Amino acid sequence: MFLALRELWFARSRFLMMGGVVALIAVLMVLLSGLSSGLVNDGVSGLKKLPVTAFAFAEGTKLDGAFSRSVVGAAQVDAWRARPDVAAAEPFGNLLVNAHSGSGVPIDLALFGVNSGSFLAPAVRTGVGLGPMDGLVVSRTALDAGLRVGDTVTIDRLGTRLTVIGATGEQHTFGHVDVAYVPLPTWRLIHAGARADSEVRSEVLTEATAVAVKARDGASLDLAAGDEAAGTTSVTLVESFGASPGYTAETSTLTLIQVFLYAISGLVVGAFFTVWTIHRKHELAVLRAMGASRTYLLCDGLAQALIILVMASAVGVLAGLGVGALVGGGAPFTLEAPSVILAGALLIVLGLLGAASAIIRIAAVNPLAALGGQR
Amino acid sequence: MNRATTAPRTTRTGLCLTGVTLRLGDGDGLITALDSVNLTVAPGELVAVVGPSGAGKSSLLAVAGGLTTPDEGTVTVDGDTMSTMKPAARAAYRRDHIGFVFQSGNLIPALTAIDQLRLVNHIGRRSDAPDPQQLLAAVDMADKAHRRPHQLSGGERQRVGIARALMSRPSLLLVDEPTAALDRTRSHEVVQLLARETKRSAVATVMVTHDTDVLEHCDRVLEMVDGQLPD
Repeated sequence: MFLALRELWFARSRFLMMGGVVALIAVLMVLLSGLSSGLVNDGVSGLKKLPVTAFAFAEGTKLDGAFSRSVVGAAQVDAWRARPDVAAAEPFGNLLVNAHSGSGVPIDLALFGVNSGSFLAPAVRTGVGLGPMDGLVVSRTALDAGLRVGDTVTIDRLGTRLTVIGATGEQHTFGHVDVAYVPLPTWRLIHAGARADSEVRSEVLTEATAVAVKARDGASLDLAAGDEAAGTTSVTLVESFGASPGYTAETSTLTLIQVFLYAISGLVVGAFFTVWTIHRKHELAVLRAMGASRTYLLCDGLAQALIILVMASAVGVLAGLGVGALVGGGAPFTLEAPSVILAGALLIVLGLLGAASAIIRIAAVNPLAALGGQR
Repeated sequence: MNRATTAPRTTRTGLCLTGVTLRLGDGDGLITALDSVNLTVAPGELVAVVGPSGAGKSSLLAVAGGLTTPDEGTVTVDGDTMSTMKPAARAAYRRDHIGFVFQSGNLIPALTAIDQLRLVNHIGRRSDAPDPQQLLAAVDMADKAHRRPHQLSGGERQRVGIARALMSRPSLLLVDEPTAALDRTRSHEVVQLLARETKRSAVATVMVTHDTDVLEHCDRVLEMVDGQLPD
């Protein structure tokens, strides 16, 4: 790196400009990574927190919008419970509602209907757990938005009044809306559009959105066999994320932007080092004439690129973390160390590949070009 | 990194070109750049090769320095037949046994004068390399050791270029138009320095030049015409 370090210093203004571009791309990568993680959390953290292996929807239900279309009955829940590889199966209700808090503030909620005491019942950090029929356990993020334990929440159009009795310790959201857990019987009435004192069809009182299935420890869940036995269409928990409103579109859009950014960073670094190598062609010919091996020059060039990429990426990631801390409260933004490290590492690796594609030209430099008559 | 070194020289016998022919181009464009050239340069001898442009002077340096291989004939340095070596071995041989002085010094812009010399040591990883500071002092450049090429005059750049070429304690020194772009006084100084270092280092030196004013410092002067040298 004798030559690499000295050239970096000598041409520092050029390398600073190049490094600046890489650093700005790194900032964007960190922000996109945070936004991506934030959107994922906003979209499906409520599902992620459920100790569920798979969801079984009504037979033939398409994944897109399955949580809003599917209706399963008690027989299907029982069929899943009877499976040998299933530790537990519970009816699970999911419904997006508009509501108002006691102070008249409009709020949107994702009502998760679960049986109190079942494996689906949420762990509560503030207040008490599910139990009373009009009790509501909300996501911690609902408290951050102003809701308080003891507040009354009124479901729009139905006028059903529920009381916030507890809150989870972590973010539980679904489709960018705070999750509120309610006892399954209450959820069924709201889902049927009935008031608490209304008469409803008897079958409504056994319905749910899906069967939440938990596999036995160490057992592999045979979804196909379970579906055949219960007359359902099941998907794994991770696959069910695709049923969250907008989840697939958001994640694929962000992934596409990230892929383009990675490609751009590799091309930008490659273009810079192409020009830089062409600029150094005569100098490289002199070095080759002096007996410098191709390996020596290639290693020197790659070391130069690596130094620039590592330093610029580090600066960019740190700046990105700073910017992320500033915007964190106002947008779905979650910085996770593994994704930030992965983004930085990918930027360096792809940049190095771009640089290598340019630096490889060094191998073709003819030492004859060092002689005046051959220039 | 390739750190292979060639065998250390034991006895210096200088440069010997025997029946060297080099053809360039192909088809109708085929030209004979060197035509059955025979040349022997002893250690401590400075030989000047003069001739018009296109006579084959640079081709002679290229073949003698192992930058290209002749179509016919042999090139030996201190008894080692370089013309049959593979490219990587020739590069290693150049690094360890041959010094080049290029037009205008052809120094690396990013390096100071002292680093130009250290680079040679870094490329070759020699244990017996001379002290760069002493070598710069030998060419009267000790006081400008930390200047970069753009901060040096043409003559000073050539002095650094000569010191750099001597860093590997070469057996053969190949000098390409060292006085190009230098005034008369500086030209004499540079060639005098080359003659002095040739004797002091016991190196066989071949200098290609258009400048007939400086030939008085050379031990022999050969005129190259149409790729041929007088035997």
